[in-house]
Amino acid sequence: MEKKLEEMTSDEKQEELFARWMAPKDPEGNDLKFQSPQAEKAYKDRTTRIKDAIQMKKLPDRVPVFIIPNFFPVYNAGFTPREAMYDYDKCCMAFKKLVMDFAPDVNPGAVAPGPGKVYDILDYKLYSWPGHGVSPNFSYQANEGEYMKADEYDALIDDPSNFFSNTYLPRVFGALEGFKMLPTLTGILEIYGVAFNFIPFGLPPAQATYKSLFEAGAEALKWAGAMGASNTEISAAGFPGLWAGFTKAPFDVIGDTLRGTRGVFLDMYRQPAKLLEAMDRITPIMIKMGVGAAKMNGQPLVFMPLHKGADGFMSDEQFKKFYWPTFRKVMMGLIAEGVVPNPAAEGRWTTRLEIVQDLPKGKTLWMMDHSDMAKAKKTLGKVACMYGNVPSDLLAVGTPQQIEDYVKKLIDIASKGGGYIVSNGAFFDRAKAENVRAMVDSAKKYGVYK
Amino acid sequence: MAKDLVKTLADLKEQDVMEIVKSRLSASEDPLKILEDARKGMEIVGQRFASSEYFIPDLVYSGEILKAVTELVKPKLTKTAESKKLGKIVFGTVAGDIHDIGKDIVVFMLDVNGFEVHDLGVDVPVQKFVEKIKETGAPIVGLSGFLTLAFDSMKETVEAIKAAGLRDKVKVMIGGGQMSDEVKNYTGADAYGKDAMAGVSLAKKWIGVG
Repeated sequence: MEKKLEEMTSDEKQEELFARWMAPKDPEGNDLKFQSPQAEKAYKDRTTRIKDAIQMKKLPDRVPVFIIPNFFPVYNAGFTPREAMYDYDKCCMAFKKLVMDFAPDVNPGAVAPGPGKVYDILDYKLYSWPGHGVSPNFSYQANEGEYMKADEYDALIDDPSNFFSNTYLPRVFGALEGFKMLPTLTGILEIYGVAFNFIPFGLPPAQATYKSLFEAGAEALKWAGAMGASNTEISAAGFPGLWAGFTKAPFDVIGDTLRGTRGVFLDMYRQPAKLLEAMDRITPIMIKMGVGAAKMNGQPLVFMPLHKGADGFMSDEQFKKFYWPTFRKVMMGLIAEGVVPNPAAEGRWTTRLEIVQDLPKGKTLWMMDHSDMAKAKKTLGKVACMYGNVPSDLLAVGTPQQIEDYVKKLIDIASKGGGYIVSNGAFFDRAKAENVRAMVDSAKKYGVYK
Repeated sequence: MAKDLVKTLADLKEQDVMEIVKSRLSASEDPLKILEDARKGMEIVGQRFASSEYFIPDLVYSGEILKAVTELVKPKLTKTAESKKLGKIVFGTVAGDIHDIGKDIVVFMLDVNGFEVHDLGVDVPVQKFVEKIKETGAPIVGLSGFLTLAFDSMKETVEAIKAAGLRDKVKVMIGGGQMSDEVKNYTGADAYGKDAMAGVSLAKKWIGVG
């Protein structure tokens, strides 16, 4: 009899998630029908290659290659970011074209642009997006702010869900103003608690908010349908999807989303104990978020965009005290459930490498941007597979020959013994198509293990 | 014993700084002298940042402390300080890009190093750079950007400066997450600064004090 997931060790859980990824389902839950036997073989070859690179137990047949773009596929298909966010078919066409044109080993998925209409309906303020705060030809960008005030840590620590629903969400979504008057749901106890606690739902602002939610939900569902169909089609052509979902390092939850860079850095001085306590409180929530996505989608990889822990943002001492402990806890929580955390070390992480190598081997996958790859190979690279480091500037203004030389050198430095995947280092918008092609082709040319 | 404001501020002891400033104000000391000490303290903060002793949290905190000091001193000011500046710089994040963390750090470092920085903010249209250069006569322009999309905005900004007949009157530096010498060549700028200190060194070199 097969073991239940709950009875498995973390190693077995990881194997199980990889096995599910390698035997994909269609949206109805049936075994995916591949376009051809060749496509099915290509899918198996690609997932096996990536799994071997990540687990570091045996050498893959060759160094895998990823393309991890921001809006590049959209420009490459001749569309504007605005079009991609408002016309889901165009968005899917663009991302399908990326995979078909360049044939990398994974499908990054077309979800990055997201549904512009949903953000319109909700009056989203944390981001500006093409045609809404930034030019239709530019990608979306974050508007940092103190969406949580300096004196609200206790409210967050006390009840994170309630703080999000009643305080944070109305601040970042204009249409969710009505949430401010919601009752505390845990007050709905016994028969006495019912009537009083339901009064707010009868008030016009709360009802207007729910109306917006229904509209946003319907639109998000439409978008998800388009994305699901597109991803299924790309999988059926032999290209596996990369991520099951995402989660974050607790420091970035506070720094990106709630307090902003300025706010979180001041808190390190003015209320360090509160900041640390809040990050501890958020840690299990971030673990659940990642594990839930991996289980729901039957894929092991969960993305973790890292921001404020990079070299230069804080000292190594500050990193060890404020950033690393809860970041590591989130990763270890994911690993225990068989999930493979995929942190993206945006910017430079060279001075952090010795600290972050304190991880079990073959359990994480790191995206590297500008970090020193020779040093990375000798430290973090001993325990973790890494991808990236092909620079965005070279992809945009360099030549195919420069890219080929760079990739060849990178393979020499980082691929020995496995544990490396060729890829760009940061999410990119602008690039020459011939350079992206040169990156993929060079990986296939120089990356074969003999 | 009166503690040293310069050192206390440089060490980021917020409460001590406030106490010193309050006691010096109540002793009717010249508020300009207090501000001058605060400026010296900030200069040390800048030096510590340059030598990687301080990082962004420390810069942000020092800025907050300085703001609080200025607010305490301001009501007592009868005249403004006449500080001699090294030179003028027009600075901004280029059109379409709204990232400001990197830009703010460079502006901070230029400021504590004695430059008069005209910070145009983010998503700055090319024409706004041109107008500000004309208005201030600044010999140095700093273009900041985080996105790969900023490469073209930088190029367009340099071209607009050229079209306005100002290109030989200014030196242009670029900086930001994905910038490089390759990008510098593409945009037609004069130099790429890999971090805030490189920006300060370039500016000093260009005005002949570095």
